[in-house]
Amino acid sequence: MLTKILFVNLPFIIQDTSAIEGDMGMLWMLLSGILVFFMQAGFTLVESGMTSSKNAVNIAMKNLLDICVGSLTYWLIGYSLMYGDTSNGWFFWGGLFQGEGADLFFQTMFAATAATIVSGAIAGRTKFETYAIFTLVMTAVIYPISGGWQWQGSGWLTNLGFIDFAGSSIVHGVGGFAALVAAYMVGPRIGKYVKGEVLPIPGHNQVTATLGVFILWLGWFGFNGGSQLAWGGDDAIGASAVVLVTNLAAAAGGLGALITSWLYLKKSNLSMSLNGALAGLVSITAGCGNMTAPGAVMAGLIGGIIVVFSIEFIEKKLKIDDAIGAVSVHGVAGFWGTIVIGLWGVDGDVGIGLFNGGGASQFIAQLTGAVAYMIWAIVLSFIVFSLLKITIGLRVTEEEELKGLDISEHGTIAYPGKRERE
Amino acid sequence: MKKIEAIIRKSKFEQVKEALHNVEVNFFSYWDVTGVGNEKEGHVYRGITYSTSEIQRRYLSVVVNDDFVQPTIDAILRSAATDNVGDGKIFILPVEEAYRIRTGEKGGKSLN
Repeated sequence: MLTKILFVNLPFIIQDTSAIEGDMGMLWMLLSGILVFFMQAGFTLVESGMTSSKNAVNIAMKNLLDICVGSLTYWLIGYSLMYGDTSNGWFFWGGLFQGEGADLFFQTMFAATAATIVSGAIAGRTKFETYAIFTLVMTAVIYPISGGWQWQGSGWLTNLGFIDFAGSSIVHGVGGFAALVAAYMVGPRIGKYVKGEVLPIPGHNQVTATLGVFILWLGWFGFNGGSQLAWGGDDAIGASAVVLVTNLAAAAGGLGALITSWLYLKKSNLSMSLNGALAGLVSITAGCGNMTAPGAVMAGLIGGIIVVFSIEFIEKKLKIDDAIGAVSVHGVAGFWGTIVIGLWGVDGDVGIGLFNGGGASQFIAQLTGAVAYMIWAIVLSFIVFSLLKITIGLRVTEEEELKGLDISEHGTIAYPGKRERE
Repeated sequence: MKKIEAIIRKSKFEQVKEALHNVEVNFFSYWDVTGVGNEKEGHVYRGITYSTSEIQRRYLSVVVNDDFVQPTIDAILRSAATDNVGDGKIFILPVEEAYRIRTGEKGGKSLN
């Protein structure tokens, strides 16, 4: 009655609110998926900005490749391996070409994100074909199988009570630790470790790197917000809260790294601060539906601080050349983002963490999942890269690397002109 | 005093720098140039394959005392050569006078 009085003069009459919420839910998924797609642009700018200009076209090609390959392989078999039927909670299958519409679209973007993380770490010395094949395996097999453990609904991690709202471990942990194995097996760039010294190989455009981080931050609102998987009523409130804490964690992470680099390196450092903001985003990705606002800020802040030391450790102590810090930002911060739920996470008003009255059970579930994803990513990546190493090889030749992959692999220069940049 | 100018491959720069350091030549300046010559590089742009001899190079300029001239030339020849067309050139020019800006001293000792 009220509906008719209020709306009878409008060209349409609102009849059924649940149809709207279903439509709105689909709209939200679609828009969020579109935002996550735009993260590919963010990754391209970050990765190229933080590496040498002589490899910028190669970075762009790798990022273009992984969305193209990932979109198709995930449609073909990835979605099925992630959301198909299961009898054991570990392995899923539902036939080829599963998934459709906004759902498949949204999930495809997540798979592409996991794959693109690896391209940055191994920038500047990896054969293009090698990366192409790894991306295919990542989006078709590695990411979906482990993703199903939690997101399919009856996977073994779901049954353990593990929480990973938008994929700190499922996407970023898997991508980050795959990047670790990749960077280790491909080996460092020439000129990185010389006579026992660790030399910097500067990026060529810190401004586009910053722009890239802003684009990733923007896309993350869809990455986390869209993982509500619904809109309307409580879901609208829930997704809104998720977007809010995402921003808070990113801001805290950026500041955490900024201040840490200022104290530790004597000068505030842009690339560290950028990685800090990204680490803050990764740190909240698992818990964005299970954190209070202060809890999210703490998660992001600590993630931003951790990433500074993690980058130093991996680069200088482990002597693994991760060109842009992807392992620390996605792998290490992803691990932190997963277990922090077990420290001060909430379920509605109830504390489920060690420090807010929830006991240890959630923490153990989180730790189990984080470790499981880490081991899965490391083992599978190791197998794939080992096979690639003995078949087509991982690296370009020394001459190709020194000339630059742009000219060696793609026959072109990113910035033609009288003076080349760094 | 002579000025030794060398146009070399970009990929050889670090090696040349180290070779110069090894013969006690520690002061020079360099900039990026585009060279045109005998080497051709295959490029592809938007489906068009073309061959260009416009290739990015690096130009060094070193001013040394006369007794350092031959060691410098030898160091550059050794480290910048790859036996392929396009390794570059070295030019020797006479230098009339040299000054150190900070102290105003001139002559050979300003080059140390």
